[in-house]
Amino acid sequence: MKYFTDILAGIKSTRKGLSLTLVHILQARHRRKNNNVANSNYFNEQNGLVTLQYPAEKLPVPDIGRYQLANEIDDCIVCDKCAKVCPVDCIEIEPIKAVEDLGHTSDGTPKKIHAAVFNIDMAKCCFCGLCTTVCPTECLTMSKEYDFSTFDITDMNFKYSDMTLEVADEKRKLLAQFQAEKEALKASAAAQKPASVPSTEETQNKENEAPKPKMVFKPVIKKP
Amino acid sequence: MAITFLHTGIYLTLILLSVLVVFYAERKVAAFMQDRLGPMETGKFGMLQAIADLLKMIQKEDIVPEKADKTLFKLAPIFIFAVVFTGFCALPLAADFQASTINIGLYFVITIISLDVIGLLIAGWSSNNKYALFGAMRAVAQIVSYEIPVGLSVLAVVITCQTLDLQEICFQQSTFINPNSSTGETHNYLLGIKALGVDVSQWGGIFTWNILRSPILFIAYIIYFIATLAECNRAPFDIPEAESELVAGYHVEYSGFRFAIFFLSEYAMMLLTGILAAILFLGGWNSPLPNIGSLKLYEWTTGVPGTWASIIWGIFWTLSKSILALIVHIWIRWTFPRLRVDQLMYLCWKVLTPFALVVLLVSSFWKILSI
Repeated sequence: MKYFTDILAGIKSTRKGLSLTLVHILQARHRRKNNNVANSNYFNEQNGLVTLQYPAEKLPVPDIGRYQLANEIDDCIVCDKCAKVCPVDCIEIEPIKAVEDLGHTSDGTPKKIHAAVFNIDMAKCCFCGLCTTVCPTECLTMSKEYDFSTFDITDMNFKYSDMTLEVADEKRKLLAQFQAEKEALKASAAAQKPASVPSTEETQNKENEAPKPKMVFKPVIKKP
Repeated sequence: MAITFLHTGIYLTLILLSVLVVFYAERKVAAFMQDRLGPMETGKFGMLQAIADLLKMIQKEDIVPEKADKTLFKLAPIFIFAVVFTGFCALPLAADFQASTINIGLYFVITIISLDVIGLLIAGWSSNNKYALFGAMRAVAQIVSYEIPVGLSVLAVVITCQTLDLQEICFQQSTFINPNSSTGETHNYLLGIKALGVDVSQWGGIFTWNILRSPILFIAYIIYFIATLAECNRAPFDIPEAESELVAGYHVEYSGFRFAIFFLSEYAMMLLTGILAAILFLGGWNSPLPNIGSLKLYEWTTGVPGTWASIIWGIFWTLSKSILALIVHIWIRWTFPRLRVDQLMYLCWKVLTPFALVVLLVSSFWKILSI
């Protein structure tokens, strides 16, 4: 008897299985359209094809998300905070002090430093977002761009500086010239007033003292 | 001679076209069942995917393993395809379209299906690979076992039709009379019972199909269908090729064009059993639409034998019926998990074979009802 009940159970489960896949085939006429998780209807859509034809169709990206970093170099004051806070050191900055007036950023902060190099290596980036929180002028933000894969890994080192090498060299020369002039000015001032020369004793004392521990820079996270 | 070449060409073209269609359907149906889209990039809706795959395979390097038995290794795919393709020559695709008009066509085709095993064993043995040999062994055990239910269910049809001539079997399921008839059967009764007094000889269509000429043949068809699934090594009976345990089974060492030939013959084998099922149970080249009074739907959609229309309609109906069966194959493949070896043998020897014997017995009694 078990023989026949087994066969009957087999037929029943076969029918059940086939009807299940048939239902899915019939539902394949529809595609799931509610792709945005923010949509309140998102979890109610249970049926239909789930495939997303990626480059042609994209999921909407949430407003607050961590994707590719973007720097608005015109608003950047080259404070170097982002490079210091970065846990993986993916931001490379070469600052050159400006001799001339650079104007102000869009939020009114005065700009004093040229960015000869401002590279963000997205291949190293760990998407923690710390650099965007410490940025005082909010010029460094995380954009909605997430598809930045390249054939060459060096292409993932994004360069934000708008300064050419020649211009940077010129600025360096200007700075060196300015500093030289300043030194010269100082020297002439010192020559005019040769007072308060530290005694040799004092200098020796200073040398004997243990060098003070260098203050570790700690960027502060702004309170919202 | 010229006719032979013409037939070969047409049969080969039809097989290739059907295989392309089924191959595309396989991917799409699988995708839809799993809530995916399937191939979409090659051509509109990925319709060129099968051709792209073929081109890829032709470009691949032809690798023959160093420790393989090279002669047999190279022979195996050709052997398998030749065997399967030979089977097609006995199948009538239309009333006047049959490569070889042999009066024991059914016997011939069943033999050919068994011969396929030798090709699989050659491939598995000559590869000199444990997975290939395992696969080949399993394939042989499985196919030889499942010959029995196939043979018995086919015998039930032979009892109903009293002939081994496939063209005659088709004619018996039509309203037309075979000019070369060997049985002289001309009348069909509803459900094969003469006592009901309903003569459906002129209705045609689905009423004269074998599954309605003798309803017990419907069960025979189901047995035949399950058994051919196993003979074609299709899931859930794909233990000879079990991807997860044997990598690919007997064709694991094959690559490029040789693999493509294996692939082609596997699908051609499915098509062969599908066409055979269409001829034996589903009316062969006959249209499913019956004549209703003056609406001669059956005659319009089948064509009078001897005309071009009948050949085109015939090929259309035979191929669509078999491709429909193959789509059910695909449906089953993507629904059920693989059987264990002992379950496979249990199903064959303890379920299908006794049931096929009972069907054989009942169909012989049913035959008495129609005389």
